[in-house]
Amino acid sequence: MDFTQLLQNMTNGVAKGSCYALVAVGYTMVYGVLQLINFAHSDVYMLGAYFAYWPAKWMGYLPDEKGGRAQDVPLALVGLFVVGSMAACAAVGALIERAAYRPLRHSGRLAPLITAIGVSLLLEYGGQMVFGTEPRLFPTFVEAQSYDVAGVKFANTSIIIVVTAAVLMGALTLFVNHTRQGRALRAVSHSFNNARLMGINVNATITMTFMLGSSLAAVGGILVAMDQPTITPLMGLRMGLKAFVAAVLGGIGSIPGAALGGLLLGVSESVVAYWSTTYSEAVAFLILIGVLLVRPAGILGSSAREKV
Amino acid sequence: MARNLLVMLGLLAGCYGFNFVMAEFIEVVYVDYINLCGLAIILAVGLNVINGLAGQFSLGHAGFMSVGAFAGAYASIMLTYGVIESGPLSFVSMGSFLLCLALSGLSAAAVGALVGAPTLRLKGDYLAIATLGFAEITRIVLTAQDAIGGPTGLKRIPKMPLLPGSEKWDGGTSTFWIYAFVCLVILLSVNLQRSTFGRALICVRENELAAETMGVRASRMKIMAFVYGAFFAGIAGCLYAHYQHSVRPDDFTTVRSIEVVVMLVLGGLGSLTGAVVGAVIVTLLPQFLRPLEESLGLSGLSMVVYAALLLLMMLFRPQGIFGQRELSLKLLRRLVPGGGKESRP
Repeated sequence: MDFTQLLQNMTNGVAKGSCYALVAVGYTMVYGVLQLINFAHSDVYMLGAYFAYWPAKWMGYLPDEKGGRAQDVPLALVGLFVVGSMAACAAVGALIERAAYRPLRHSGRLAPLITAIGVSLLLEYGGQMVFGTEPRLFPTFVEAQSYDVAGVKFANTSIIIVVTAAVLMGALTLFVNHTRQGRALRAVSHSFNNARLMGINVNATITMTFMLGSSLAAVGGILVAMDQPTITPLMGLRMGLKAFVAAVLGGIGSIPGAALGGLLLGVSESVVAYWSTTYSEAVAFLILIGVLLVRPAGILGSSAREKV
Repeated sequence: MARNLLVMLGLLAGCYGFNFVMAEFIEVVYVDYINLCGLAIILAVGLNVINGLAGQFSLGHAGFMSVGAFAGAYASIMLTYGVIESGPLSFVSMGSFLLCLALSGLSAAAVGALVGAPTLRLKGDYLAIATLGFAEITRIVLTAQDAIGGPTGLKRIPKMPLLPGSEKWDGGTSTFWIYAFVCLVILLSVNLQRSTFGRALICVRENELAAETMGVRASRMKIMAFVYGAFFAGIAGCLYAHYQHSVRPDDFTTVRSIEVVVMLVLGGLGSLTGAVVGAVIVTLLPQFLRPLEESLGLSGLSMVVYAALLLLMMLFRPQGIFGQRELSLKLLRRLVPGGGKESRP
């Protein structure tokens, strides 16, 4: 057994897992508040990548048809693109909530679920119509480099992914635990009605939840696109399922749980990929079914019994 | 029982006639549409028992279908040619075909029981995700099997068997076989809805706890629903494989499962008529949108239309076209102005 290779796979897994975590946070927050699997979340992630791609393309940072070399995007512009994409995705997230989920808030749980599937299909195939089906090369946001430590390669993109994810998740945890809006969010996810009685604007809080989750998904999309480095309108499909599994694994409704679940999933996938890449695709689903059977509340979640 | 057998025999004779009318008088393209509609109806009516009657939101129907498709296709190839290699297509013999159908139905039903048993504890969206996960695992496992062709799947699956008197036609007998099973699944489901089992399923859907209190064994009913739905998904898979003459694991992605759910939701979850109507709409829609899609150069248009339909349906008529009603003489009489004599209780 090649331990260096295995270690290499694990480091890659940490980077992959950080991306899962960023997307999983959006699932977990929405589920915590609305008890809804927001299937469209993974497509907001896809939009995040495209929203950063287009301005870079318009400004000429991509190789042209004549085969000219792609230019590096200056750091200030990268920041601008990322923030712009986050803002645009936050708007999309809020729009989805307002147009598709809010009208169905009081009509059981099946109708919003089906609607979520509908929104997801709409974004995926609408994306295909607008952006085209072919994979597109993502602009170079950072020059690829890698550092060699005892035979294990650390790509600078992986480091950037892990650091960015850690910073954003930390900021989110601080926000949720130490601000007024964060407290409102926790109150709403605890009980809708009680929160309203306490004078919390429930609708505004839910919109904020969608905006937060969507902007983090946008960053996730950009990070993955930097790493890949191609994007397609259907890139959200697989990511969405896995990020949701990460959220369930960590305990749905829990933000540290999403981070933990994402990392665990990323690492275990990469470890299995050491033996078989085909089966590494199945790991997420095996974990999902295992968790649902053994501990449906997830690692850090708390379970509530249904009362008669 | 005798009455049902008689009805089924009559329907089979009807399908037999239908097959030749189609093969003789209707353009090949439209025959294809009609056959695809039949396959979709089998899938949708089967899933309606799980999602509609029993209220267990399953998103993994393509998984059951793939199990049946590969089991049936593999058996059929082995029984007809003995080896998997390329060559001209031939017809599978009647006996072998029936054996393959039984095999695919039973293997899918076994998987259904396997999926149903552990996922029973889950409700609503968790169940949806778990069944979706099962279907994906099935697809990945099938992709990894070299014995059935790996990612490229099985090719050269024989044609469906000839019937007496059909030798001189070139059109094949797919329509007969597909519609024979459409009739069978509809007939069985109509009876099922009126049986103790069907009522027990509805009972579980409405309130599981109350059903248990009334002596309905909810877990068992749910597994039975999965077995029933999976059995017909397996049959549909086997028919699909023989109809297309090739199957790949990627024919059975999540999108296909969602498609079947869209059929049900469109028609009205829990309504058999709705399932049939939904299946026909969802199958024909992309066929008619395709010319538009090609002329505008917009790939994905038909999926966008699906999605939009689904959304509009949920927002404005969440119960679907038929709700939980069925097409019956009573309903027709009510629709005729002045014809509705009975008042609703």
